[in-house]
Amino acid sequence: MTTISTPSTETPGPTRRDFLKAGWGLLTGVAALEAGLASLQFALPRVAAGSFGGVIVCGPAADFPPGSVTPFNEGRFYLARLDDGGFLALYRRCTHLGCAVPWDPTTGQFVCPCHASAFDSTGQVLNQPAPRPLDRFAVQVIDGDVRVDTGKPLERDRFEPDQLVYA
Amino acid sequence: MSEPNAAPPTAPMWKKLWRSAVREPFTGDRRSRLRLVMNNLILHLHPSQVPVRTLRFTYSWGLGGLSALLVVMLGVTGAMLMFVYTPSPDQAYPSILALETQVWYGQLVRNLHHWAGNALVIVATLHLLRVFFTGAFREPRAFNWLVGVALLLLTVAANFTGYLLPWDQLAYWGITVGASIVTYVPVVGNTLAQVLLGGPEIGPATLLNFYALHLSVIPVTMLFLMSLHFWRVRKDGGLSLPRRVDEPPVVKDENVTTFSDLVRPEAVWATVTVTTLVLWSMLVDAPLEPLANPDLSPNPAKAAWYFMGIQELLLHFHPLFGAIIIPGLALLGLTALPYLDSDMDSVGVYFRSRRGRWLAAFSAATGALLTVGYVLLDEFVLDLPALLPSLPTLVSNGLVPLALLGLGLFGFAALTRRAFGATRCEATLGIFTLILTGFVILTLIGIFFRGPGMALMWPWDVATVGH
Repeated sequence: MTTISTPSTETPGPTRRDFLKAGWGLLTGVAALEAGLASLQFALPRVAAGSFGGVIVCGPAADFPPGSVTPFNEGRFYLARLDDGGFLALYRRCTHLGCAVPWDPTTGQFVCPCHASAFDSTGQVLNQPAPRPLDRFAVQVIDGDVRVDTGKPLERDRFEPDQLVYA
Repeated sequence: MSEPNAAPPTAPMWKKLWRSAVREPFTGDRRSRLRLVMNNLILHLHPSQVPVRTLRFTYSWGLGGLSALLVVMLGVTGAMLMFVYTPSPDQAYPSILALETQVWYGQLVRNLHHWAGNALVIVATLHLLRVFFTGAFREPRAFNWLVGVALLLLTVAANFTGYLLPWDQLAYWGITVGASIVTYVPVVGNTLAQVLLGGPEIGPATLLNFYALHLSVIPVTMLFLMSLHFWRVRKDGGLSLPRRVDEPPVVKDENVTTFSDLVRPEAVWATVTVTTLVLWSMLVDAPLEPLANPDLSPNPAKAAWYFMGIQELLLHFHPLFGAIIIPGLALLGLTALPYLDSDMDSVGVYFRSRRGRWLAAFSAATGALLTVGYVLLDEFVLDLPALLPSLPTLVSNGLVPLALLGLGLFGFAALTRRAFGATRCEATLGIFTLILTGFVILTLIGIFFRGPGMALMWPWDVATVGH
C-alpha cells in the first residue's frame, strides 16, 4: 500500500490549497466588484438633460426694463435685469429642497412656498433655511438678443457684480 | 413504498386528489391538531404548540401578524392596480382617473392599497415599540431586531416610491422635496439624487425608476426579509415570555396547541382588521390632487406625513444636520440598541420595572414639553444665525444646536440615574422615550400645525387657509 503524504508542517510558505483558496477569494471579490460597478453604471441617468438643458433665446435686451424680473417656464429660470441694466439668469429651483420659487413683485422677493426661504432679485438669501443663493445660468447677449444656457446650473456663495452681463 | 395515508386504488378520483394534497385526515384530537400545523405550509410559520402566556393579547397586541396581513393585502390590491396603471407621465394621471371613474370597484381597490400602505407604516412602528418596551430585542433576538429595522425602512421606501405614481401635485412636489434631501449627503449626494431621479429633475425616467423599485425591487426584498424574520422568530425561541412586573423570570410555561388556541384569536384579529380597513376605504378616498405641474409648487408643499418629522427638523437645522446627520444618528442608535442594552433581567416586562414605568412617563412628558418649547422658541425668539453672524450656518444652525441637543440628552441620562436611581437599562429606556416623543411631536406639528409658508398656526386655520 502506498502511504498518503500529508502536507508537511515544516514547509515554508503557502501550500497549493492555500494558494487556490486565496485565488478563489480574489476572483470572487473581483467578480462582485465588476457586477457592482456595472450595476451602478447601468443605473446612471440615460440622458444628459431633456427639453430644459439647451440654450434659450429670451429676445431683445431692450424688451427687459431695468429693475424687472421675467419668468421663463420652459427654461425653468427667471431673467432678472437689475437697476443698473445688468442681466442675471436665476435657476428657479430653491437651493434648500428643490421647490419652484415664485417671484413676488409686490415685495420684490422670491419666496419659497415649501420652507419660507426668501431671496432678493439677485438671488441672495434674505431668509433661511436656504443654505446658498439661487443657482444661476450663463447669460450671453448676441446681436442684442439675450441667450441663456440652461445646460449647467452654476452654484455660488454670494452675489458678485462680475456675475452680471450687460447688453 | 406507498404513502400510508394515500387513498386506496379503488377510491373515486376526487378522493385521490384530496388525499394527495392533504395527507392526513383531521380528526380533531391533540395529535391531529399538532400534525395539522406541522404539515400545512402557512400554519407551519407557527410552531405546533406555544406557551400559554404568549397568547396574552395585551402583550404582543398581534402587531407582527397584523403587519404581515397588511403586506398580503398590499400584494393583492397592488397586483390589481397593475392591470390599470400606466407608468408614463402622459398616461399615469389619466389611468388613475380611469381607475376611479370607469373601473368597477377601482376607487375602492386604490383606497384599500393607499390606506393599507399608510397603516403598515404605523403598525410596523408600533410593533417595533412593543418589542422595545418589553425588552424583547435582546439576545438571542438581537439579529432579528436588525432585520425588523430593515423591514421598517423598506416599508417607508415602498410608501415613498408609491407616492410618486399617481403623478399629481402631491406626488410631484412630495418627491421633489424628498429627493432634494438626498442631495445633502456629503460628497456623493448630487450623484445619488441624479441616479434616483434618472436626471436632474423629476421626469419620465423618475417615474420608471420608482415604478420598478415599487413593484419589484422593494417587494421582493421585503418578502425575503420577512421570511428571514419569521424563521428567526422560531429559531430564537418564539415570543419572549410576558410576565408581571414583580414576577421572577419564567423559564418554562405550560404549552397549548397552536391549532386552534393561537390560530383562533389570529383569525378574529385579521377579520376585525380587514373589516375596519374595507369600511374606512368605503368612507374615505385616497387623496388625488390636480395633475403634476412643474411650474407651480403648492403652498404649503409638504412631504408625505411620515417624513413630516424630518421636514420639521429642516425648519430648525441646517439641511445636512436636519436631513442626514440627526436622522442618521437616530437610526444608528436604533440598530445598536440590542448591543448597547443587554440587561436580560427585564425581558417580558413592559417598561422594564416599576421605576421604568415612571421613568417612561416622565421622559415622554419631558420630551413633549421640550419639543413644543423649542419649536416655539425657535419660531418666535431664537435666531442662532443672527446671534452668531461670524459663523457659517453649518455651524451656527447645525453644529451648535446639535451639540446643545447632545448635552441635553447626556444631562437627562445623568439626571435619571441620579434622581431616579435608574439602572443603565432604565436610563436607555428614558432616552429612547424622550427622543421618540420628540419625533412624534415634531411629526404632529408638521402635519397639523404648519400652514402656508410653513407658518405655525392652529389646525383649524391650516384646514381653512390651505384649501
